[in-house]
Amino acid sequence: MKRAFPILAILTAILLSYGLYQALVVAPTEQTMGDVQRIFYYHVPSAWTAGVLFFINFVASIVYLARRNSKVDALALAAAEVGVVFCTIVLVTGPIWARPVWGIWWTWDMRLTLTLVLWLIYVSYLMLRRFSTSGQTPVIAAVLAIFGTLDMPLVYFSIWFFRTQHPQPVMGGGGSIDPRMLHAFFVNLIAFTCFGLLVCWSRYRLEVLRREVEELQALESLLELRSPR
Amino acid sequence: MSDAGSLTRSTLIKDLRLEWRSKDAINSMLFFALLVVVIFSFSFDPTAEESRRIAGGLIWVAFLFAAVVALNQTWARELRNQVLDAYRVSPAPANSLFLAKALGNFIFVSMLEALMTPLFIAFYNLRALGPAYQLIFVAVLGTWALVVNGTFFAAMSLRTRSREIMLPLLLFPITIPALLAMVEATSSILTGEFSAKFWIVLLAAYDVVFTIASLFLFDLVLHAE
Repeated sequence: MKRAFPILAILTAILLSYGLYQALVVAPTEQTMGDVQRIFYYHVPSAWTAGVLFFINFVASIVYLARRNSKVDALALAAAEVGVVFCTIVLVTGPIWARPVWGIWWTWDMRLTLTLVLWLIYVSYLMLRRFSTSGQTPVIAAVLAIFGTLDMPLVYFSIWFFRTQHPQPVMGGGGSIDPRMLHAFFVNLIAFTCFGLLVCWSRYRLEVLRREVEELQALESLLELRSPR
Repeated sequence: MSDAGSLTRSTLIKDLRLEWRSKDAINSMLFFALLVVVIFSFSFDPTAEESRRIAGGLIWVAFLFAAVVALNQTWARELRNQVLDAYRVSPAPANSLFLAKALGNFIFVSMLEALMTPLFIAFYNLRALGPAYQLIFVAVLGTWALVVNGTFFAAMSLRTRSREIMLPLLLFPITIPALLAMVEATSSILTGEFSAKFWIVLLAAYDVVFTIASLFLFDLVLHAE
């Protein structure tokens, strides 16, 4: 597994550069929005990657509660952290795109609000992990992850109904999409997914190592106490 | 089952008696909510028409903040003299403890609402243009939504540094849909512009989902030490 990492890293780097080339050079400029539309090739793949990572976190949390395996918890932590990073990218690139196109930085639109609430829930998850003092942080964090996931459909319906009551700005209508745009989009989607999973994996390995070191140190200090000086 | 019921009842009665003698939670909540109401009315100074639109938000935000004050005290009381450890060791079902705590908080927050609502009506000149009886459903379901999650997260934040601040950090993001439903339902009833039915159903769904989830998972949280 460890040998596969550099190979996958190189593949991901190639894929990302190919995606960059596709998005910035090959894909045609959008007619009404202009070059700023190219942010789309990063915005949407980031959102997708964040979603994948949060899903991994949810599954890992459930598996942890069933199996109580420390490595699964490390995976949950890594997925949540990297997911929050990608979710932040979505929330930052969104307004950069929205400002020139809609004329506003932010609107309480369905997807924007959902992403924001998801981000808030996972930041609170990370805060809980950071602030927790007991050795049972993984259990509490896993429970919170399950609560957060249960919350998402409710958030979805509440915002959906909230939006149908209030007026909202008109967002891009139909129209046909150039196949080169679609190609650039899918290349970036795959590249970002690989990139996110790769970062998550290395964060996971780091966390597992960190825990091993911690255990060893605890063991050492115990042995030192026992041996007479 | 009857054992669990009697355990819930005795814990609840114990909590109510403690609260009746000290009045810690209710006093701090009441004064806190009063302060929020006064500060809000200074900072907005609305007309009657306007206040109908914003009152739903103000009322529920005030209640939410005040409820956090009470929720923080829920479990702190049991930490003294290792009462909570005794609970863990005893064969008593964790859920009856949770239900007792949640019901106790429900009673406290409902009392707070009953006392503060007249004040709100007076300060903001409120008069419902929609069906006012629906406000009762909103209040009951909304309070339970706050309390069931709040009691649960208060137990979760027991084992954290600076737990007083941890509770709102956990509670607020998760309760966003419930809060939105409470605020929107109250505003719809006060202005009479929309039907509040959808929001009440959403609140009920929220209550069901999180009551079941809490009862399933509370055992894990109580024993996480």
